[in-house]
Amino acid sequence: MFYISRWKITAILATTLFVCLCGFPNFLSEKTLQSLPTWAQRHIVLGLDLQGGSHILLEVDSNAVRKEKIETLRDDVRRIVRENRLGSPAAAVVRGSSVEFRPRQGVDLSLAMSKLRELAQPLGGLLSATGQRSAEVVDVGNGIIRLTPTEPAIIERIRQSVEQSIQIVERRVNELGTVEPSIQRQGVDRILVQVPGLQDPSRLKELLGKTAKMTFRLVDTNVPVEAAIQGRVPPDDEVLKGTKAENFQPYVIEKRVMVSGEDLVDAQPGFDQRNGEPIVTFRFNSNGARRFARVTQENVGRPFAIVLDNEVISAPVIREPILGGSGQISGNFTVEQANDLAILLRAGALPAPLTIIEERTVGPGLGQDSIDAGVRAAWIGSLMVAVFMFATYGLFGFFANAAVAVNITMIIGVLSLFNATLTLPGIAGIVLTVGMAVDSNVLIYERVREEVRDGRSAISALDSGFSRALATILDSNITTFIAAAVLFFIGSGPVRGFALTLGIGIITTVFTAFTLTRLMVAAWYRWLRPRTVPI
Amino acid sequence: MRFRRISFPTSAVLSVVAMVAFFTLGLNFGIDFIGGTLIEVQSKSGPADLGRMRSTLNALNFGDVNLQQFGAPTDVLIRVPQQPGGEVAQQEALAKVRAALGNEVEYRRVEVVGPRVSGELLTYGIIGLMLAIFGILVYLWFRFEWQFALGAMIANVHDLVLTIGFLSLTQIDFDLSSIAALLTVLGYSLNDTVVIYDRIREMLRRYKRLPMHALLNVAVNATLSRSIITHVTTTLALLSLLIFGGPVIFAFTAAMTFGAVLVGAYTSIFIAAPILIYLGVGRGREMTGDTGDEAEPDPRGRPARAKP
Repeated sequence: MFYISRWKITAILATTLFVCLCGFPNFLSEKTLQSLPTWAQRHIVLGLDLQGGSHILLEVDSNAVRKEKIETLRDDVRRIVRENRLGSPAAAVVRGSSVEFRPRQGVDLSLAMSKLRELAQPLGGLLSATGQRSAEVVDVGNGIIRLTPTEPAIIERIRQSVEQSIQIVERRVNELGTVEPSIQRQGVDRILVQVPGLQDPSRLKELLGKTAKMTFRLVDTNVPVEAAIQGRVPPDDEVLKGTKAENFQPYVIEKRVMVSGEDLVDAQPGFDQRNGEPIVTFRFNSNGARRFARVTQENVGRPFAIVLDNEVISAPVIREPILGGSGQISGNFTVEQANDLAILLRAGALPAPLTIIEERTVGPGLGQDSIDAGVRAAWIGSLMVAVFMFATYGLFGFFANAAVAVNITMIIGVLSLFNATLTLPGIAGIVLTVGMAVDSNVLIYERVREEVRDGRSAISALDSGFSRALATILDSNITTFIAAAVLFFIGSGPVRGFALTLGIGIITTVFTAFTLTRLMVAAWYRWLRPRTVPI
Repeated sequence: MRFRRISFPTSAVLSVVAMVAFFTLGLNFGIDFIGGTLIEVQSKSGPADLGRMRSTLNALNFGDVNLQQFGAPTDVLIRVPQQPGGEVAQQEALAKVRAALGNEVEYRRVEVVGPRVSGELLTYGIIGLMLAIFGILVYLWFRFEWQFALGAMIANVHDLVLTIGFLSLTQIDFDLSSIAALLTVLGYSLNDTVVIYDRIREMLRRYKRLPMHALLNVAVNATLSRSIITHVTTTLALLSLLIFGGPVIFAFTAAMTFGAVLVGAYTSIFIAAPILIYLGVGRGREMTGDTGDEAEPDPRGRPARAKP
């Protein structure tokens, strides 16, 4: 137990040194850090509770995705019905979570079903046929065919929506010009947005809360406004309200989408040439430009509504055909509103609405106070423990303190190596590790004391003291490690930081107890060759 | 080991007190577990006028809004209970509070937890605790015999019960970090218990005819000095956190200090060891005196504090 081969010593010292050095980048200034090669730039990331910033958890409305999938299926069914003359497209309706269709008289049911089966695509690409289909086509009797999207297909669509949403959220967040935002998927249908340094997330929440689906539709001028207010409108129209600036004026808008916001390639905030009001200028791709030109040509003199998320932003009258594919939207915007709308249009519409289910924001003032408190507690705690150890064990107390100091440096090193996040409870975890790390050394020393009292010689006391104690050290630390591991998996945010530092602390503690303390005592013994152990 | 006649009943009484407190007073669940909004504000102009803020916020009709001073006299912690109406309602409530408080405060921290997340955190918290207890039980069973595993669990779950009772009596905030504290208390006091059990196991092997209570005595005494020293160092570390760590982690540190320092030490020595006798460890040994021709270990340990 006491003789440690030379190469082992080198290995131990090298590993320790390496890990400790990993912590070094944390103390360099930002500029110096940038000048280092990338592999040397790894450093601890301060948690939001220390840095200040916002943590927002969004959930994708999967019910909206389901609904959309069924409606898309219905539209597809109608298309097939039309193409194959199976009956009236309007006869395909959504019932519950399926689409039901009754083919007209004289159409062979099995023929209709085989045509509709085209919609039941196999899932999984060429490389991973899962054997599942995207929809089920069933004859439910009475001449009715029912099509239901399968659950795997819906889940796949939800997954796609979440991926898409993440991209769009990224674009929107990046527009705010913040430092290194982090946007990650969490679980099946959640997105975590973390923006360091963001103090007031109100604007961010507004940007994320809007689906931003923009459609251009014609106003139905044939229906009188009174009928609209009472809600009596033809089935092809719907009543939508205008913005607050227009006193929520109701409009009767055709349901048919003339041009979709998906065809926009650019949107920029600007100022109206004539009256200086804030506006948003936009540009379509060739597809959108063509449609826009056609609509404006065929409907000069009619109002053309610009609808954002079921709200009418404005409904200007078409004065002349617009062939260039670009135009402007004005709707009594403030400068910020114009800016935000441009951001939303550029980033794209979210496939499904996002709901904020959790928000945690910490201001920089509190963040700095937390850092100060944490660091202060760490220094004072460590100092008190060091003094106590020195008083209790003298020279060997000094070895223990040295081991703990290296321990802490190693924890910082490991955290840096993995770019891990340090939170305030994380600092508490480090302080707790200081208190508990000495335990390993104490176990060894008390054992050695006993052996000495038993009358053993110095060397055999040290030897058996160490070997007996090491098994106990391992056992007792593993139990705390299990607790830390469980906490890491069930915890989130700051608490997870605590589990992390505690867990890493336990590993480094066991490592230093097994190696460094042994090394130091062995070196001291070999150097001094004492008769007795001053413990 | 005769003190177990005192310590077992005492523990039983304390446990009952703890459970009564838990079921009557209940825990002061934080927004992590029952949802709601937590806002920490700092008054921009001198000490905060709690009374005025309270009436301003009560006028918004959000239910039982809680305000308290937090740390410095300028800092106020506001808690708005979960509003009916799902996730969106929470955000709306936040917006209204901000509007009502206006410009006279600076926002240090804002936390909003909706119904879905709070339900999950609570479930995961409880599952986590049970998983940890189970995991450690399995590990101990693997390393020691089943009586040791069971004894350790009883002693340490007892720790948890008393700590929960403490949190209930003091009505300290109980949120996710409190679960962290409980798990740490569990791990840490098991630390202690394992050290004693390790020694007991060693004694059982070495002195095969020593009666149980004497053996336990020796084991406890032998590890006593180590226990005391480690507890002192941990106490120093935790005290430093408690005093200097700031109000944000106070609830967390308080729970840990009570659990690890006050209770953990007590149970490892006074419960975990003697309980082995009840679980049947060392049956077949004579209960008193004569050890025959076996070498007797001398009663080590600090003479001034020898246990009966």
